[in-house]
Amino acid sequence: MMHEFAIVWAHKDRLLVGFGNTVVLSLLATAAALTLASPIAIALMSHRRPVRALARGLVDGMRCIPFLLLAYIVYYALPTLAIRLDNWTAGLCALVIYNAAYMAEILRGAWASLPREHVEAGLAFGFSGLKLYRRIILPPIVLACMPVLGNQMIQIIKDSAFLTIIAVPELTHEASAIQSTYYVPFAAFISAVLLYWVLCRLVEISVGAVERRARARR
Amino acid sequence: MPVEPAVTRPRLPAEAAERPVLEIDGIWKKFGEHDVLTDVSLSVQRGQTVCILGPSGSGKSTLLRCVNWLERPDHGHIYLSGQRIGFRPVTDLPMSQAELAQIRARVGMVFQHFNLWPHLTVLGNLIEAPIYVQRRPRDEVVAEAEALLDKIDLREKRDVYPARLSGGQKQRVAIARALAMRPSVLLFDEATSALDPELVGEVLAVMEELAQDGMTMVVVTHEMGFARDAADEIVFLDHGRVVEVAPPDKFFETPKTERARQFLQRYASAPRAGLARRRG
Repeated sequence: MMHEFAIVWAHKDRLLVGFGNTVVLSLLATAAALTLASPIAIALMSHRRPVRALARGLVDGMRCIPFLLLAYIVYYALPTLAIRLDNWTAGLCALVIYNAAYMAEILRGAWASLPREHVEAGLAFGFSGLKLYRRIILPPIVLACMPVLGNQMIQIIKDSAFLTIIAVPELTHEASAIQSTYYVPFAAFISAVLLYWVLCRLVEISVGAVERRARARR
Repeated sequence: MPVEPAVTRPRLPAEAAERPVLEIDGIWKKFGEHDVLTDVSLSVQRGQTVCILGPSGSGKSTLLRCVNWLERPDHGHIYLSGQRIGFRPVTDLPMSQAELAQIRARVGMVFQHFNLWPHLTVLGNLIEAPIYVQRRPRDEVVAEAEALLDKIDLREKRDVYPARLSGGQKQRVAIARALAMRPSVLLFDEATSALDPELVGEVLAVMEELAQDGMTMVVVTHEMGFARDAADEIVFLDHGRVVEVAPPDKFFETPKTERARQFLQRYASAPRAGLARRRG
């Protein structure tokens, strides 16, 4: 057993590269998904029924597709429509689109429970359109749903492991490569699990810190 | 040879110069089948304090909310410094949200439940709209906001979030937030109704000071003492109609209508409670 871990330790550079890629992929996907979630949430709250229906269709559609299947579609099926993406870009796009739908629904829920008075004060003081959303609506709803958004970021980290099937060199991919070369599945995968755990704990701690700041505003 | 000044201020025609800051002309508003406002008209001159009195459900708050188009009147015209609110000049087409926003930025509003933005500090609440709506320089806005905090005696709460303030402090901050916009007219929608009785006085004191300073104000209130002392004119509303318009001394001493007399009798037992608290 210790011998297996010694082999993994000897290839720690490879595992750390995979870990670094998972971190970069997750951070980029979270930032992009949250950014994309905003217009979707605005569309979900629109007074125009067709706009609302379109956004609802997108969100419900994403929530009903397994992430693995979406990754396959983006990487393997889109080239038949002449859209060819490298594995990194395809993996990132799949993560962003999939999680943006979830985040949009989270934002919509928080927005719907935002007291009407705050928005009304924004309107009364001359805010409108995107400025109203960005300055008056978005900050309190992000603070209000920070724990749920944190959970979604953890989900992104875990979803990123699926990208091994399109050969994105993230943590699971590298752990899998080490185990298949040296046949050390237990040590390789347990090491990967520990690194995922560290990453998720870091997210939880950060979200906790933001949550404490949010509490000061309530 | 006399030297011409580099910049000359354009002269307004006498009529325009004397035009009221706020003119409400024949406003009607229905919610479903219920007539909330029926042919309401009033005008407010620069520096005037107009108090709108009336029983609950008489349409006072709706009238105020029509002024900055938070409620859209069904009929009638509202003018702010001669500019019609809600409709474009010449074409008479409805204003876009951005155009309405520009008008609203000139009308300060103080809400019954304060409506401070909870994610911003006290200072943040004061500077948010002047910086992001009026696009004024941050340094200038912060300096002005700090002076306003001095005026309402809340400088030490500059970096505190609204959740940590008392009701009276929140409402004073809400007043300062409205003043930070340098509004043409300040609207108060029952600004003391949500406060504990012992906190009413501190808010009324700020409002009375503003009235003395010549701020143009329209105040919906149940504080008869304030209305009597600070108002230049009382507008009494009942069932969505203007029943009586009179200077405060005439309205409170010799109301012309039976409805106003009935209304005042209900307050007769403690007509100056708010001011008594403030002065005590």
